[in-house]
Amino acid sequence: MGLSPVLWQFLVKWLHNSSLFPAEASGISPYVDALYFFLVMMTIVGTALVAVLLLVFSIRYRREKNPVATQIEGSTLLEATWTIIPLAIFLVTFVWGALLYFRIYNPPANAMNIYIVGKQWMWKAEHPGGQHEINALHVPLGKPVQLTMISQDVFHSFSIPDFRIKREVIPGRYSTVWFEATQVGTYHLFCTQYCGTQHSGMVGEVTVLTPQDYKKWLDQSTSGQSLAQNGERLFASMGCNSCHSGTAAARGPSLAGVYGSKLTLTDGSQILVDDAYLRDAILNPSKHVTAGFAPIMPTYQGQLSEDGLIDLVEFIKNMQSNYRVQQTFVTSASGESAPTTPPQGTNETVNP
Amino acid sequence: MSAAIGNTIVSLPDQTTAQIPKRNYINNEHGLLSWLLTGDHKRIAILYLISITFFFFIGGAFAGLIRLELLTPQPDLVSSDTYNKFFTMHGIIMIFLFLVPSVPATLGNFLIPIMLGAKDLAFPKINLLSWYLYVIGGTLTLAALVLGGVDTGWTFTTPLSTHYLNTHVITAAMAIFIAGFASIFTGLNFIVTIHRMRCPGMTWFRMPLFVWAHYAASLLMVLGTPVLAIALVLVALERIFGIGVFDPTKGGDPLLFQHLFWFYSHPAVYIMILPGMGVISEVISTFSRKRIFGYTAVAFSSVAIALFGFFVWEHHMFIMGVSNYSALVFSLLTMLVAVPSAIKIFNWAFTLQKGSITFETPMLYSFGFMGLFTIGGLTGVFLGSLGMDIHLTETYFIVAHFHFVMVGGMLMAFLAGIHFWWPKMTGRMYPESLSKLAAVTTFIGFNLTFLPQFILGYLGMPRRYHAYPPEFQVLNVLSTAGATVLGVGYMLPMLYLAWSLKYGAIAGDNPWQATGLEWQIQSPPLTENFTETPIMDHEAYDYEWLANKTKKEVTTVG
Amino acid sequence: MDSALATTDPNMPETEVHAEHEHVALPQHRHHFETEEQQREAGSFGMWLFLLTEIMFFGGMFFAYLLYRNWYYPAFAVASNQLSVPLGTINTAVLITSGFCMAIGVWAAEVRKKGVLVAMLLLTTVFGLIFLGVKYDEYHEKYELHHIPGDSFNTSMFTNPAGYGIKEEPLAPDMAQKTQIFFFLYFAMTGMHALHMIIGIALLLWLTWRAQRGDFSSGYVAPIENFGLYWHFVDIVWIFLFPLLYLINRHPLH
Repeated sequence: MGLSPVLWQFLVKWLHNSSLFPAEASGISPYVDALYFFLVMMTIVGTALVAVLLLVFSIRYRREKNPVATQIEGSTLLEATWTIIPLAIFLVTFVWGALLYFRIYNPPANAMNIYIVGKQWMWKAEHPGGQHEINALHVPLGKPVQLTMISQDVFHSFSIPDFRIKREVIPGRYSTVWFEATQVGTYHLFCTQYCGTQHSGMVGEVTVLTPQDYKKWLDQSTSGQSLAQNGERLFASMGCNSCHSGTAAARGPSLAGVYGSKLTLTDGSQILVDDAYLRDAILNPSKHVTAGFAPIMPTYQGQLSEDGLIDLVEFIKNMQSNYRVQQTFVTSASGESAPTTPPQGTNETVNP
Repeated sequence: MSAAIGNTIVSLPDQTTAQIPKRNYINNEHGLLSWLLTGDHKRIAILYLISITFFFFIGGAFAGLIRLELLTPQPDLVSSDTYNKFFTMHGIIMIFLFLVPSVPATLGNFLIPIMLGAKDLAFPKINLLSWYLYVIGGTLTLAALVLGGVDTGWTFTTPLSTHYLNTHVITAAMAIFIAGFASIFTGLNFIVTIHRMRCPGMTWFRMPLFVWAHYAASLLMVLGTPVLAIALVLVALERIFGIGVFDPTKGGDPLLFQHLFWFYSHPAVYIMILPGMGVISEVISTFSRKRIFGYTAVAFSSVAIALFGFFVWEHHMFIMGVSNYSALVFSLLTMLVAVPSAIKIFNWAFTLQKGSITFETPMLYSFGFMGLFTIGGLTGVFLGSLGMDIHLTETYFIVAHFHFVMVGGMLMAFLAGIHFWWPKMTGRMYPESLSKLAAVTTFIGFNLTFLPQFILGYLGMPRRYHAYPPEFQVLNVLSTAGATVLGVGYMLPMLYLAWSLKYGAIAGDNPWQATGLEWQIQSPPLTENFTETPIMDHEAYDYEWLANKTKKEVTTVG
Repeated sequence: MDSALATTDPNMPETEVHAEHEHVALPQHRHHFETEEQQREAGSFGMWLFLLTEIMFFGGMFFAYLLYRNWYYPAFAVASNQLSVPLGTINTAVLITSGFCMAIGVWAAEVRKKGVLVAMLLLTTVFGLIFLGVKYDEYHEKYELHHIPGDSFNTSMFTNPAGYGIKEEPLAPDMAQKTQIFFFLYFAMTGMHALHMIIGIALLLWLTWRAQRGDFSSGYVAPIENFGLYWHFVDIVWIFLFPLLYLINRHPLH
């Protein structure tokens, strides 16, 4: 846009103060708003053009002034004009929108990760340090934050209008979104996908804190156990370590350092190990069997909550060696044996 | 023609001597049964008109209740459960029982055979069957409503609709399934009629644009609706047996349902709007006394919309984690589908150029259509643009956008058409000044209702919210105020049109001096439409032909 | 103004205007068609369009099948091996024979051989019923094995095939669960197909009755022809279902 930055700021502030425009509180907001103003201009100009045509023709060629109509077949030149010009504008919009889409959905490499679990009808945020929040999210100013989100039941959608971000939160697979907050303050957090009775109650607040305040908040609200530590406990209690022990005779592949690497599966395909892969490998192990291993891992579908899965994923992500796994195995084997075949889990879904 | 050039083209017969023709399709047979068992496309159109009006007002009542609840930020009028049922019912009734059949099943049914010079649609019994299916679908919808309602939203999103709700989802799905077949049969009938029943001389490029638009819409009805049907069958089966085609915990894919659902439901918006565009073409031409500018461009743009319309459904799923490449492709196709609509708008505007324009009620509604549809269409470009869609989708921006297209576009076109062909259907005129008042009221009420919703949408107010943050209240109050005006605007035609059935002026054959074949026969028409098979020896919208014909009649009769 | 005007230009030659008055002999001719030929063409055109909607209807399920087969290939392979190829083959043959009888029936109607027509319609019905009988037998077997999707679905045959005397690699429990999706699609697709057959057989009985009455003995054969199209369509759906569900994953050599 040809607007000077000062004018731009003034316009946005003025609109925002009259409650007609959301705050620009994230790094991408100005980019989204620029496209928005471009499109608003396009709409106004387009509508005005049609209105002016209608008005001028209506006045000039009304029956009192022009009693007999002149028949006109059409004009190829005009047809071409109003095919090509709108097409060109729409294509500009397409390219602009596509570039913006990739900017909004591709997180930078240094983004910190927070997990979000959506369920009827609340948002649960889980920080790597083990801090849990319900319908609230605390984030530091000026640092890219990636959210890894999943739903425990139906489709939800995670939206922070003041950050101009939104993404569907889907049952059964992780989706991600990222942002970088640029203004201290509290902002609305909405669920925008209709998700049942209390859909409009599935709202919360996002609090942007200065890095110092954020650190203070982290220290105050810690539950004592980080996600990875929770995951480590689960890893032992579910008996994962009995196979994934990292020893030469182990029945399952070693998991140390597996995150971010490329695995070769039995069918020869290669797959990148990320959060989504780890989660799926726990729930649908036989879909991805690592080359050289038998498909003997039982499924943990129905036995682990999404929170538990997040703990495990976070634990495996941070697992650099098998030392602690083998340690816990020794201790847990001496105590009680870990269940090898888990009992048939309860069905989480409600049948109609 | 009168000597002084006035500001109207209405030419009515002398009211002291004029009479409704003694024999016509309305008094051809008597008794309720003669209507309920009729094969006459015109009577079936009237049956449809009565039923869709009924459902329109039920759907409208729910809209009123929704706006009333949103007057305050607190959830104070009804419980959340009830509110969810309100907007679900509003959506289901308005889309499947009003908008989809609105123009095609009433005006299309009435006019397509006459415009083509045929005595009836190809399959009169299937036409009647279609109405009965519609009524069964409607009754089931009402049953679902009376038994306690449905709260899935009209989109039936899985797994919410399959595993998490205890309302009458199956009844509602059945209702839509059955009403879907009503629309398949209507579309099928139109396509066969247009291909096989054209009178001698009626080539494809002599057909009125109204017929072209219905042809394109019928293709969509015939090819899209079965996919919705199977998607709803799968939802019902999943609810009954609890197996997991759409349930991720059992290995199913909830996105599969989204694909199947939108494969119909996106083309469905073109099913709704295309017939409306057909109406606008007829009205604009008639009241500017001019052939439609770029007839072929307008005709082919209808077909282009139908074709492209099938390949844009994924733009409803941009934020659902579809692959980046498919998002790019679907965004590009979405941009392309906007172009034919732009072509139509400009062709209509240039039809006015060098015309001889008068401003009767149908023309006012058409102007309303052009303005509002332009806004509706251009705001669609916001949503087709990937990056913009992220912020705007699932907010009130979407709500405002599709109401501009569906209500500002389609409903305006429907009312334009009803007023335009009312004299043909009933033989009587509607009251002119009252109807102009209604047209202006609707336009003002509409803008007041839905313009604030664009702003609300950009502010981030999510759709389907029962309660909202207090800072959104001012705009919501404006919107509710507008809805009240809009409600009045819709009640008016209902009242004066009913009044005109008995007291309206006798219209005569051709009150607008229009060129279509339907205007060359008596009003209301005979059951068999034409006493002799017409022969089309001129282009559509040929006003010189009409002038010559009138001259000849004056010399021979008068 | 009050006379009903024909839109004909008075300058047009009279003969063309009155072409329609050569009135039609057949009682089945509907008044709103100009000629019998037009009526017949409209009828079969309408039928083809209707079949197009049917293709879209089944298309949704084929799409779902392809998607899940791709995702859960092992489950689909093993589950499809539990379907009986001999029974499927017999049914294919039965259905093709039925379609053949229908084709002969259409020919018989066109050459106005009432006896042959009635016989062929009856044969078509009988073969259709045999098909449904075999299908019932297959469904019943699945019921006894608890392979009907739902709460009583049992995967033990797939996790422990040796216990059932089946030569298959055992599936991991999570993959075995996915056989349920295969069976759901199997029942949905063959069930929809069977529903079309049942509707077809009801229509066949009605057509047989009308043929016996002599409705189609005088050259009016549109209902027989159009029903023939429908019946062949139902055949063709099966011709796609049979390889997709029964044959495609089999590896007889392993």
